[in-house]
Amino acid sequence: MSDPRWSEALAHLPDYLGNHVRVSVAALALGLLISLPLAIIARNRPVLRGTLLGLASIVQTVPGLALLALFYPLLLALTALTAAWLGFSFSAFGFLPAVLALALYSMLPVLRNTITGLSGVDPAVLEAAQGVGMTPRQSLTMVELPLALPVMMAGIRTAAVWVIGTATLSTPIGQTSLGNYIFAGLQTQNWVFVLFGCFAAAVLALVVDQLLALIENGLRNRSRVRTALGGLGIAALIAATLVPAIARPHARYVVGAKTFTEQYVLSALMAQRLQAAGLPTTTRAGLGSNVIFDALAAGDIDVYVDYSGTLWANQFHHTDIRPRAELLSELKTTLAKQDITLFGELGFENAYALVMPRKHADQLGIHSIADLASHAATMSIAGDYEFFSRPEWAGIQKAYGLTFRAQRQMQPDFMYAAVASGEVDVIAGYTSDGLIAKYDLVALADDRHAIPPYDAIVLLSPERRDDETLKAALRPLLGKIGIAEMREANLRASGNDASSSPDAVARWLWEKVGGKP
Amino acid sequence: MPATPLIAYAHVGKSFDNGRVVAVDDVSLDVAEGEFLAVVGGSGSGKTTLLRLANRLIEADRGRIAVEGEDVSRIDPILLRRRIGYVFQSGGLFPHLTVADNVGITPKLLGWPQAEISARVDELLDLVRLDRAQHRDRLPHELSGGQRQRVGVARALAAKPRIVLMDEPFGALDPLTRDALGDDYRTLHRELGLTTVMITHDMTEALLLADRVAVMRGGKLLALGTPAELAANTDTYVGELLRTPRRQAERLGALRPRDGTA
Repeated sequence: MSDPRWSEALAHLPDYLGNHVRVSVAALALGLLISLPLAIIARNRPVLRGTLLGLASIVQTVPGLALLALFYPLLLALTALTAAWLGFSFSAFGFLPAVLALALYSMLPVLRNTITGLSGVDPAVLEAAQGVGMTPRQSLTMVELPLALPVMMAGIRTAAVWVIGTATLSTPIGQTSLGNYIFAGLQTQNWVFVLFGCFAAAVLALVVDQLLALIENGLRNRSRVRTALGGLGIAALIAATLVPAIARPHARYVVGAKTFTEQYVLSALMAQRLQAAGLPTTTRAGLGSNVIFDALAAGDIDVYVDYSGTLWANQFHHTDIRPRAELLSELKTTLAKQDITLFGELGFENAYALVMPRKHADQLGIHSIADLASHAATMSIAGDYEFFSRPEWAGIQKAYGLTFRAQRQMQPDFMYAAVASGEVDVIAGYTSDGLIAKYDLVALADDRHAIPPYDAIVLLSPERRDDETLKAALRPLLGKIGIAEMREANLRASGNDASSSPDAVARWLWEKVGGKP
Repeated sequence: MPATPLIAYAHVGKSFDNGRVVAVDDVSLDVAEGEFLAVVGGSGSGKTTLLRLANRLIEADRGRIAVEGEDVSRIDPILLRRRIGYVFQSGGLFPHLTVADNVGITPKLLGWPQAEISARVDELLDLVRLDRAQHRDRLPHELSGGQRQRVGVARALAAKPRIVLMDEPFGALDPLTRDALGDDYRTLHRELGLTTVMITHDMTEALLLADRVAVMRGGKLLALGTPAELAANTDTYVGELLRTPRRQAERLGALRPRDGTA
């Protein structure tokens, strides 16, 4: 435990574990509340039974990450409807979509095992239940459910383990969970965090599974003691995760971050500044880039850093490229219409750039994207998960007539090593990335201005428009973070040692830009 | 025979599969109070259906069935079943309940106080000759076939019914157990003043236990009478059913030791 990353991971545990347990328990409870009655109703209705099991199976084939991501826009649309018609809105961010998606995810094993368990009851026993004068309801509660219980509990235990495991994927839609360790760890190459998150989720799943097994054992052997012990264990687990949430002063400020290293560092930096100004603050890191803007607009987060070109092309669907200053002022006006404040620029630009090894580029005489065009047909390109579906890529292809032999998607942090080793020929990298210098790569010039400017800008939620304390706390950052500082910060954060945690790098960056520790 | 039979079937019919399978075809039959009636027939003869019509485990299509003078179609089937004892083939015990809970189930459904149920369970275990201390808290799978069926009988008698219906109760037991159980039940039937209808495919058992025997075939009541009356019946099927017990009796008679000490 000499590595400070372990103690940092441990410090997050009450928050992450508590949120993880809360969202899992709520999802499982909701799932059971829906699945059990449905299974009981469907057990003697073959058509309904087939339909339900079919639907649940289809849900199960949707990857957990996608299912969670789908619930966000769905709820966003729904809350717009309720706001318009019923005069109230709810947060489509974090807890609610996570609970709904996970509840849906839990349904298949519960439905299937309950139906299987109930239909496996010996018909002679059912006849006897009728013969001794039981009503259908008495037969269900006194005979069928007790006899089906072991199979049903097996299903519930499977569902519990699935939900706890899948809940780690709710981080990108804004629900804090043990997945925060995993997502942050993957992005910043902090393997201590990744391991810690996996281990914690596994232990939690095992503990809950064993507690449920104890309840099952108690019910089956009619041992009140064991049933009560299992129940108490579950209750204690829930209580233990609720107490710190109640005891902790509620954080009023939430800083958002997308899913890459720079965002982790910048959100940590802003959180540190807000805390230093006496504002209770938490971060919601690892948010999907389509989720984060809506979350800000809805007030689920208060502040985050976006990039002018990203908003221009992706959020507002502009296809034309404007000069830097013009684009910024236009953006400011557009954002203001949604009551979002463009508070200011940090000073550096994190643009997409086509990047290749300097040596290779010199050999081929490639200095600009235009030079690349004649070689592209024999080359392969790699980009992050969203690059090839972004309008910027279509713009580059159109402006330069680029067609590559192959294109691949990669985890951003792995792209640089891939292009340096010759695994791919070109990558769509980020200009602020420190790895460009580290691997001796070169960013190709965009002479035809197909790639928009990407100034890093601080956005404030409608609620924080006039929050002078917050503005005062963040103002020292504006215009202070140059590309050199950001590159070095990113390089430090992508290291795999104790000083590479986003918090540590943020502190370094703060000193670097002239702040007092 | 008393004026009002305890169970009265009048022109009762029941078919399954939209009339394609006729299980019971125009059967009229009275069971007197205190009578032990055995219904004999092969599989598919309709004997089990006939039994289940009496407590509405199966609903009749045609005809009228009266229990204790009341038309069963006018009685809530749940309440009807709680006042008629029913013994299932190979016990039909609830595998997750102890012997005591199995026996006490109908009183519990009727809302008896717990102390009364408990006392009744002990009384019944004595009645069916099971040791209270040893068997009360056991689960059905820990019992022998004969013990299970004794529990089945105790359960049927728990709510003090006047009528007991038995569906091939001793069919799955070994001959010795079966004999002992049959005799014990016959004693209970007499001592408690029960009215019993027992389904069996075994004519020997029927002749040994019952006051009257009804023979069913293809859903119809083919013959009805005391064992002596049945022996005089000229129907070939009835004759066929009687041939086995007769042959058994003859062979066993031939084996009887001369001094008659068997």
